[in-house]
Amino acid sequence: MMELYLDLVSPPCRSVFLFARALKIPFEFKRVDLAAGQQYSQEFGEISIVRKIPVMKDGGFILTESTAILKYLVQKYSVADHWFPADLQQRARANEYLSWQHMNLRAHCSKVFLLKALFPIVMDAEVPKETMDAALENLKQSLNLLEEKFLQNKPFILGDKISVADVVAAVEMMQPLGTGVDGFEGRPKLIAWRERVKKELGEKLFEEAHEMLMKSSSLPQTLKSSSSFDKLKPMLQKLFR
Amino acid sequence: MSLELYLDLFSQPCRSVYIFAKKNKVSFEFKKLSLLDGEHYGEEFGKISLIRKVPALRDGDFLETQACSKFKTPDFWYPADLQQRARVNEYLSWQHTAIRMHGSKIFWLRLLIPKVMGVEVPQEKMDSALEDLQSSLKLIEEKFLQDGPFIVGDHITLADLVAIVEIMQPVASGLDVFEGRPKLSAWRDRVQEAIGKELFDEAHQDILAVQESVKTIDSGKMQIFKPKILKLFM
Repeated sequence: MMELYLDLVSPPCRSVFLFARALKIPFEFKRVDLAAGQQYSQEFGEISIVRKIPVMKDGGFILTESTAILKYLVQKYSVADHWFPADLQQRARANEYLSWQHMNLRAHCSKVFLLKALFPIVMDAEVPKETMDAALENLKQSLNLLEEKFLQNKPFILGDKISVADVVAAVEMMQPLGTGVDGFEGRPKLIAWRERVKKELGEKLFEEAHEMLMKSSSLPQTLKSSSSFDKLKPMLQKLFR
Repeated sequence: MSLELYLDLFSQPCRSVYIFAKKNKVSFEFKKLSLLDGEHYGEEFGKISLIRKVPALRDGDFLETQACSKFKTPDFWYPADLQQRARVNEYLSWQHTAIRMHGSKIFWLRLLIPKVMGVEVPQEKMDSALEDLQSSLKLIEEKFLQDGPFIVGDHITLADLVAIVEIMQPVASGLDVFEGRPKLSAWRDRVQEAIGKELFDEAHQDILAVQESVKTIDSGKMQIFKPKILKLFM
């Protein structure tokens, strides 16, 4: 059976999890506990030298990168066309979003989450105000572009139907919520879109996928009390340099 | 209306699109933009793309950024085979926050920030940027290339094209990343040959001359970008 190496506190893990579950693609959930530093274990290093998640293992074929995994699942399981349309321009729009989001929405949502959840215990200092302000400003810019360029007045990013682009966008947008920053606040268009995405994937499933994230307030304590913390600390500090 | 490609060949993703289109004899109108002159902030270009980045494509009424490469061309560029395609997608995804980010940063820290913006780069910033670049190059060799002639299978693909243009950016700032990396050098030679040396050189002509051309850049023009760039890279 296909194996998915995941930790649901990570947005790209959630997009793969949600997609596979929503489409009833069978897989074995292999937890890689990031707070315990399991991605640095020898065992996991043999799965992937990049030491990131998600990772997919399908028979002897190991694949990293959530967007690559999503496209693989789409191709292998011949899912309904709207998830990643075959039409040239529709597909181009999906690819455009999946490409843009790496250094934009994903980067900015992650940054806010990491600053709030990890910075104080990893850097032994409070987050400098201008650093936090800059991160929130970048988040705002990305959310503006999500609304004005990618969604516009459509129900979903590609048009009338949900696609992998919406799944990938939604899980990233949820990330700052884990630290109490609500990117949806004051954005009724995005709230309405999120509700549509939840409905298409299944509300219970969406909630299940985000359960760990919503408990992130305990993440700093979990991390600090982990026996790997001293080893992890320098690696985590790199995130903030 | 023909296909229009909005490009500045100083930009790595513009070069990969340019090389691909020319190599596959895709007919297009080359709409040249000068990033250093801030043309991407002009009103005209704002109508093409809200994001105000290049490359951008206009095909009739269809406007698109980012994903220009998926034209109808020989299969080997983006193989239909499930696993081969997955490997190309894997590279294209990974590179955004790895070699692209690290190579770009070195280019700015070594060249444009000190020489044009007149801002001194602290040694520790340079050191950590170099460390990041080394780790990306290491992963390219150990995970993506391994012992193969190209990133995926026996033939050049979009992955190699996108990889080479990014690796050339730090090279353009005077850092020879190929030195001491025979595997990477051999791969570069194969990629250049597969693309065609003439086309490769044509696409890289401007960027490889940038160390000279910065001497004549009007640093006044760059001042508007200064806060944004410094926040991004420093």
